Amino acid sequence: MDDLSGLLADTCTRLFTDRVTPALIEATEKGKWPDDLWQAVEEGGLTLPQIPEQHGGAGGTWDHAQVVLSAAGRFAVPLPIAETMVGAWLLSSAGLDVPMGPITVAPTQPSDRLSISRNGGAWALSGTAARVPWGRSAKHVVVLAESGGKLMVARVAGGAAKAEPDTNLALEPRDTLTWSNAPVAAAGTSDSLQPDSLWLAGAMVRAAQMAGGLEFLLSQSVKYVSERKQFGKPLSTFQVIQQNLALLAGHTAAAGMAAQAAFHAMEKGDASFEIACAKIRVGEAAGLGAGIAHQAHGAIGFTYEHTLHFVTRRLWSWRAEFGAEGHWAERLGREVAARGAQALWTMLTSR
Amino acid sequence: MPTFNFELHELPPEAEMLRQEVREFLRAELPNLSADERPRTWGGHSPEFSKKLAAKGWIGMTWPKKYGGHERSFLERYVVLEETLAAGAPVSFHWVADRQSGPLLLRFGTEEQRQKFLPAITRGELSFAIGMSEPDSGSDLASIRTRAEKVPGGYKVNGTKIWTSNAHLSDYAISLFRTQVVPDKKHEGLSQFLVDLRNTKGITIRPIYDLAGGHHFNEVHYEDAFVPEDARVGKDGDGWKQVTTELGFERSGPERYLSSIRLVLELLNEVGKEPGERAAVLVGRLTAHLNTLRQMSLSVAAMLQAGKSPNLEASVVKDIGTTFEQEIPELVHALIGAEPHLHTGSEFERTLGYLVQHAPSFSLRGGTREILRGIIARGLGLR
Ligand SMILES: Cc1cc2nc3c(=O)[nH]c(=O)nc-3n(C[C@H](O)[C@H](O)[C@H](O)COP(=O)(O)OP(=O)(O)OC[C@H]3O[C@@H](n4cnc5c(N)ncnc54)[C@H](O)[C@@H]3O)c2cc1C
Repeated sequence: MDDLSGLLADTCTRLFTDRVTPALIEATEKGKWPDDLWQAVEEGGLTLPQIPEQHGGAGGTWDHAQVVLSAAGRFAVPLPIAETMVGAWLLSSAGLDVPMGPITVAPTQPSDRLSISRNGGAWALSGTAARVPWGRSAKHVVVLAESGGKLMVARVAGGAAKAEPDTNLALEPRDTLTWSNAPVAAAGTSDSLQPDSLWLAGAMVRAAQMAGGLEFLLSQSVKYVSERKQFGKPLSTFQVIQQNLALLAGHTAAAGMAAQAAFHAMEKGDASFEIACAKIRVGEAAGLGAGIAHQAHGAIGFTYEHTLHFVTRRLWSWRAEFGAEGHWAERLGREVAARGAQALWTMLTSR
Repeated sequence: MPTFNFELHELPPEAEMLRQEVREFLRAELPNLSADERPRTWGGHSPEFSKKLAAKGWIGMTWPKKYGGHERSFLERYVVLEETLAAGAPVSFHWVADRQSGPLLLRFGTEEQRQKFLPAITRGELSFAIGMSEPDSGSDLASIRTRAEKVPGGYKVNGTKIWTSNAHLSDYAISLFRTQVVPDKKHEGLSQFLVDLRNTKGITIRPIYDLAGGHHFNEVHYEDAFVPEDARVGKDGDGWKQVTTELGFERSGPERYLSSIRLVLELLNEVGKEPGERAAVLVGRLTAHLNTLRQMSLSVAAMLQAGKSPNLEASVVKDIGTTFEQEIPELVHALIGAEPHLHTGSEFERTLGYLVQHAPSFSLRGGTREILRGIIARGLGLR
């Protein structure tokens, strides 16, 4: 860990411990946008760690973004920090300025198509995007849209779409947004842009959030079984409990490693292999991990009162967003198979 | 709660250059090894191959030059290990000596022992076995009863060791004996010895055949066998501390997730370049696990290089690594349902045949899954 990573980790831990209380998460799940928290996170420099300074960011790397996102996952922070990072990255890679305020991105479904066209002197956006994270709360929506067969990055104001609200299991907004000739605030393009750029970046940020969520499950479960007594002694003294948590620890460690590798590859440029590996490995760990943590907590962990579910409900949603394990495994498997058996080991060792 | 320290590590350029050299060497030395021979790797015994590897300077790579070592980094050693394992090279002649016995002697041996054994190991001339387990002591290793009783000039040994891999092929077995009986303190009074398997009277080595009919492990019976004083490794009574260190060396390497990699490669040949959906999903999933385990294993090597003792991290890699390598033949079976073969059939079917039968041992050898999870649980502060 370098200095900036350490600083970011400390800032996140301090800020989230103080402010991301169960009451605050509950209030956002009921629909209240936590504006104070957003302000604090933005002022703390946590939203744009990897964006170059000339575009308004902190000038760090994707490795730094990973530190923030895993902390956000660990604390179940109810804000579109991940989406803001991805949106800002799209903007800055297209040479556009990154505005202040929460950003989200669209489309998040492979079948959704958005298009922009010239409308007099300005650009206008049309199309529908389903399950846009924080669609109704974001101040800016950054979209990947087609214009005459070309991919463009465009930014529109948050209110410019007709919004049909929906949520994921964690009651995070996942809204359907429809634009019809909505005014575009800025548009640009970049050579590195691919049709799946947004899908890949989305899978990557979810992997980091989930890896952080798993860290929470591990520490929370260890704490719980050390305090809870049954049969006259702490649960932690039962061997089967120890064995299950050791297994959770293994999956947590693997998830952390897989997420780290994806962000690091992203920083170096070509990350589709590592991102696929991470979404598969972390997603698998998330399902298993949620199962182990709930079992160790018994009935109390199944209540709304207890805080365990703030993370487990997110893990169950996030592992399916931007492609579930099966989707990425098939995609990766086809790539690996196409190269043939000879190439696999060489590929693994050259990453 | 102490957390794990897995940090991403990239290999330095000299390690990647070495990788190319190792690959060329392996291509030249192992061209005719069939697919189903390759997963044997650390069961495959070839003194000739080990000598050639030694001539390249790839045994005892990290040890001091004055003992025949090459003072190279743990990361360079890591590259040699993973390449030889992935290629399925027969490494068992030098494996234990390079991984455990040499490092143990470097740490706890006398100067005389180091000079006598280490250079010969690095030349690929000496082979070692591990004499820890006994019929009544497996996971509970500290309960061993084989007695080494002090006599003039040395010790008289009586008892039985079991599961000693390659005892019948090795020159020495570094063995754990009870030198004192300390009531109620089973971890005390244990000592390690360099037992000369070829020249010690009173030792009988009997084969134990595994379920596949193979002979690699043995029972080693001691009856009034004399072991000289200078064969003791470390201080009398320090054996427990030493074997736990030794087990640390044993648990940390890439061998703990690579045993079944040949089946993954054969699976790729089998499903072809345009697999169906189920096959593609399986291949992708296996790749994701392989890649993640490799990064974790590499991270352990980097910790060793930095002078740390990543025992906890090594236990994590061994636990999830062996679980993964055991899953591979099961998943391949579930996908393809090919009949596992022994001697006939395709290389794929024979590789499956070999691995289905050997997979149960992956989570036993070097400490069982349950014991490792106990170590991890202790690391989590649960015990
Ligand atoms: C291929 C192979 C090679 C080997 N080579 C060597 C060698 O060269 N030298 C050598 O000394 N040994 C060797 N061994 C032995 C190996 O170290 C032991 O098999 C291992 O330590 C387990 O001991 P055991 O077989 O007696 O099983 P046991 O200890 O009897 O265990 C049986 C089962 O009970 C479980 N168990 C035991 N105690 C506990 C506990 N406290 N809590 C929960 N579960 C428990 C175990 O995990 C296991 O599942 C080898 C084994 C294999 C399979």
